[in-house]
Amino acid sequence: MKKKSWLVLMTLVLAFSTLLAACGSGSESGTGTSGQAGEGTASQDLRINMSAEPPTFDPAQAKDSQTNTALKLMYEGLTRMGADGNPAPGVAEKWDVSEDGLKYTFHLRDNATWNNGEPVTAEDFAYAWEHVLSPDTAPASEYAYQLYYLKNGEAFNTGKIKDFSQVGVKVVDEKTLEVTLENPAPYWLGLTSFYTYYPVNKKNVEANDKWAAKADTMVTNGPFTLTTWTTGQQLAWTKNDKYWDKDNIKLNTITASLVNSGATEYSSYQSGQLDYAGAPTGEIPTDQIPAAKQQFPDQFQAKGIASTYYYEFNNKEKPFNNAKIRKAFAMSINRQAIVDNVTLGGQIPAFGFVPPGIKGQTDEYRTEHKDSYFKEDAAQAKTLLAEGMKEEGYTTLPPITLIYNSSEAHQKIALAIADMWKSNLGVDVKTENQEWSVFLNNRQSGNFQVARAGWTADYNDPMTFMDMWVTGGGNNNAGYANPAYDKLIADAKATQDAAKRMDDMSKAEKMLIEDDMTVMPIYYYTSISLVKPNLKGIVVDFSGAIDFSKAYFE
Amino acid sequence: MVRYIAGKFLFMLVSLFILVSLTFFLMKVIPGDPFMSERAVQPQIKARLMAQYGLDQPIPVQYVRYLGNVVQGDLGISMKYQNQDVTGRIAQTFKPSLQIGIFAIIISIIVGIVLGLIAALYHRKLIDHVAMTLAIIGIAVPSFVLATLIQYLFALKLGWFNVMGFSKPSDFVLPVAALAVQPIAFIARLTRSSMLEVLNSEYIKTAKAKGLNGFTIMTRHVVRNGILPVVTYVGPMTANVITGSVVIEQIFGIGGIGKVFVESITNRDYTMIMGVTIFYGVILMLARFITDILYVLIDPRIKLSGRKGA
Amino acid sequence: MAATGNPNPNKATADTASDPTIQQKSVSLWQDAMYRLSRNPVAMISLVILVIIILMAIIGPYMLPYNYYSNDLMNTNKAPSAEHWFGTDNLGRDMWVRTWMGARISLIVGFSAALIDLVIGIIYGAVMGYKGGRVDEVMNKISEILYSIPYLLIVILLLVVMEPGLPTIIFALAVTGWVTMSWIVRGEIMQLKNRDFILAARSMGASGSRQLFKHLLPNALGPIIVTVTLSVPSAIFSEAFLSFLGLGVQAPVSSLGSMINDALQGWNLYPWRMWFPAGLICLTMLAFNLLGDGLRDALDPKLRK
Repeated sequence: MKKKSWLVLMTLVLAFSTLLAACGSGSESGTGTSGQAGEGTASQDLRINMSAEPPTFDPAQAKDSQTNTALKLMYEGLTRMGADGNPAPGVAEKWDVSEDGLKYTFHLRDNATWNNGEPVTAEDFAYAWEHVLSPDTAPASEYAYQLYYLKNGEAFNTGKIKDFSQVGVKVVDEKTLEVTLENPAPYWLGLTSFYTYYPVNKKNVEANDKWAAKADTMVTNGPFTLTTWTTGQQLAWTKNDKYWDKDNIKLNTITASLVNSGATEYSSYQSGQLDYAGAPTGEIPTDQIPAAKQQFPDQFQAKGIASTYYYEFNNKEKPFNNAKIRKAFAMSINRQAIVDNVTLGGQIPAFGFVPPGIKGQTDEYRTEHKDSYFKEDAAQAKTLLAEGMKEEGYTTLPPITLIYNSSEAHQKIALAIADMWKSNLGVDVKTENQEWSVFLNNRQSGNFQVARAGWTADYNDPMTFMDMWVTGGGNNNAGYANPAYDKLIADAKATQDAAKRMDDMSKAEKMLIEDDMTVMPIYYYTSISLVKPNLKGIVVDFSGAIDFSKAYFE
Repeated sequence: MVRYIAGKFLFMLVSLFILVSLTFFLMKVIPGDPFMSERAVQPQIKARLMAQYGLDQPIPVQYVRYLGNVVQGDLGISMKYQNQDVTGRIAQTFKPSLQIGIFAIIISIIVGIVLGLIAALYHRKLIDHVAMTLAIIGIAVPSFVLATLIQYLFALKLGWFNVMGFSKPSDFVLPVAALAVQPIAFIARLTRSSMLEVLNSEYIKTAKAKGLNGFTIMTRHVVRNGILPVVTYVGPMTANVITGSVVIEQIFGIGGIGKVFVESITNRDYTMIMGVTIFYGVILMLARFITDILYVLIDPRIKLSGRKGA
Repeated sequence: MAATGNPNPNKATADTASDPTIQQKSVSLWQDAMYRLSRNPVAMISLVILVIIILMAIIGPYMLPYNYYSNDLMNTNKAPSAEHWFGTDNLGRDMWVRTWMGARISLIVGFSAALIDLVIGIIYGAVMGYKGGRVDEVMNKISEILYSIPYLLIVILLLVVMEPGLPTIIFALAVTGWVTMSWIVRGEIMQLKNRDFILAARSMGASGSRQLFKHLLPNALGPIIVTVTLSVPSAIFSEAFLSFLGLGVQAPVSSLGSMINDALQGWNLYPWRMWFPAGLICLTMLAFNLLGDGLRDALDPKLRK
């Protein structure tokens, strides 16, 4: 019996192993060819990773940073954000500004064309902006408010005005566009480089309302054309030979993998599969940052960007309706220890709300107005907490929960801060991670006590950080309501006096942080990335947005 | 047989309907909507978006509308990816998952059954212990650890394969290996235990006593009967494996349907969630359906009750 | 062999007449099984390892003067030393304490979920398999539908509706976990129920539940035990998978899975952060599976030598 079963077994094994070998050889033959490609990047082909697929390629629908990166390659607005942080001529060759700062006349360059050869006209801009603002656009543009600077822009968007000709955009002739603003805004010119202000090809859009759903039906005017779009897997752009400044574009192709894992992205960079890794398109895992710094000293970059990481207190609910309690919490953590040991990316401890990198009157706002609104002091924090509790009639604090959205980095920070609160303030704070949409829902509907938050500049002016805290503001999740603050912001918006404007805003910031501690600033962000040593010309602007179009390999 | 199949098929449609309904309402109960982001969307714009996607209607109305569209074969357009139809996105992202999955299944069935058979035939011998230890290690290592380790070793250190991507045949090797390890272990264990049972059963002994030769016994009786639990397992496993593993897809940077599905839930991309659920449901039910048929074919005793059931 | 390997069925059918004999028999069956188990060295070593792991999960966290949540930002990512036997993690927390706390949580998750799976799965599967016909068809469809509902939706919903925490995770794992068990049981019962011994029991007037619990289930015990030994690790891994997606146990509480997941990002730099919890999870699984195999062999009347 034994012998027989042995024989049977042999037969079976043989049969299976033949099959196995057949399959195996298939993959074996594949192995031989690997390892060859991927190396040798002497050619001008850039490989990057994007942690998410851009949800749209229609400027009117864009609203996230991945789309921003993609659209910067594919489109060009009236201006283009230069490496120095100032808007440089884009499709507009030059422009005139009226005395009162309300009227801009843009002169479009003659050689600006779409990638199908048609000229980019003033009409294309007016049409694109009408499309953004029109209440009939489906789906509605979430970033339409970026065009509320235009005269009657908001009224048209909300349907109070039906006639677009009343909006402050006028096509003077094919190459001249006249824009009238609602209020003077010194930073508005920079916004014309932002995606919501990009032109679209009127003819193409009118012919096919799903024009942005496929690579081959898009007509774009930027330095690159989207040529490959494999859902969830890969995007690739090829140099646009019809671009007016094509002589200054050196890359032939840009390929983006769509991998949502920092660890994989970092490994790919190490293995030579990527030329660029990290923010803002991807991520370097926090644990790897110190090693990356050591291993690639010439490739590691940590650039300060105009973003603030902070915790929001729910100012409307007990116990954080009390300013002293809020101050006690804000003063009892050690920000330097957090950036040195937890976030590890050279972030700057924040004691104000407006980050460095934002323009002030002549210099940076943060240089002109120091963020010395409060100091870390555990002893004083304890006193404040005791006072605050007395005011509210507490003998012990009610249970406190800190919410954050699920992410390795947020979790580490939350745990570190909760531990500091425990040891410095003697308060037990529960940390709770929530799934992204659940978290947003809770935070935006005020269903929280303390919540993680971050804010990035929309434009290069302190106002982008200040006007969100006016009473009833859409992003005022903390529920801050202070008429004096509202007045300062309103004054700053109305005045033409640059000095008074900055002064009003710094007073408002002092009120927001020093007096009321509405939110607890933690640190100012840095953008951490790895760039191959021979890759040059990448522009990361003040807000951390990245422009690969002028990049090149040496 | 035809009636049996027709009955099963009808059941499939009914269960699909229940699945769709349950998922639809479940999805609507969960907080959030497709138009949420770090910065709050202005209320009037949010209202406009909700109306444009029909989300301002009462949920029963949305449900009936959705069902109506599905019956006409229209899964709608994604609410996150502008103007992308759900069917297209599913088709495109299913492709890589299917390719990797099929390889993984073929390998795991073959290796698993061979391991299990060897172990059963050499019960309590060294070879049995070795085979089973291998199988158990396959079960004992979490897939994300295994995937990370082989990626580090074979891609980063040895440089034999790409760390990520899905463009060359060699890109298959690591994800397929990572995906197949667990099914191999399961199949090997199931095969072994069920073969042992059969080998020790009365009818095999009778067959041996009757003097049937080893090969006939093996193919006619042992394998045929011993394979039943494996068939039960392989059906749903196939469905599971080809519908994509988020872990493997994320670690090896593959744009598969597993990743897309998790993303659609995070994004509250309602049409996409429903589309993938229906798709998954169909695959799973087909797998079960085929399993049932195979069962009938392999095990003659089930035929009777199966017929009655239909 | 034929004599000692006397299949249970014949005995059982004979026993149905008088209860006392059955009790005696079943006691001796268990004693017999335990005796055989004790003579299986692999199984016994596994048992000892499991007991040690469980003991350590209980007392381990108190063997060093640290707790699992307090940070020490001056001592992050320290390699194992006399002070920190397993080193520290990226917030300077002691890995020894955290590993055993993690083991505790993982074991609780694994055992609880497996137990719930087992109870529901056996009852449901046995009824399906035994009743057959239309009942089976309908119940099977119900389990199939439950199985196809996107698992993540259920978990997210439960986490929102219920307090996020261990019970919610266990509940979420059990909600769909029992289905697999019920299918295995169903398959076994369907195979067994037309065997002679059951037909005999039926013809002698044994009630349905009696046939099920006295004859069918004991004979299906082998595959059930194999499935249980698999459903503990699978529950532990499912929890780890939820951690992978950020939906696992709430930090600072950790499971082995969530610790491994946290460590994976930098495992090549700080290997101890991954190897200790990963090694422990593997050891637990290994021990559990080998013990399960031993139990299976010992319990299966057909394998008696």
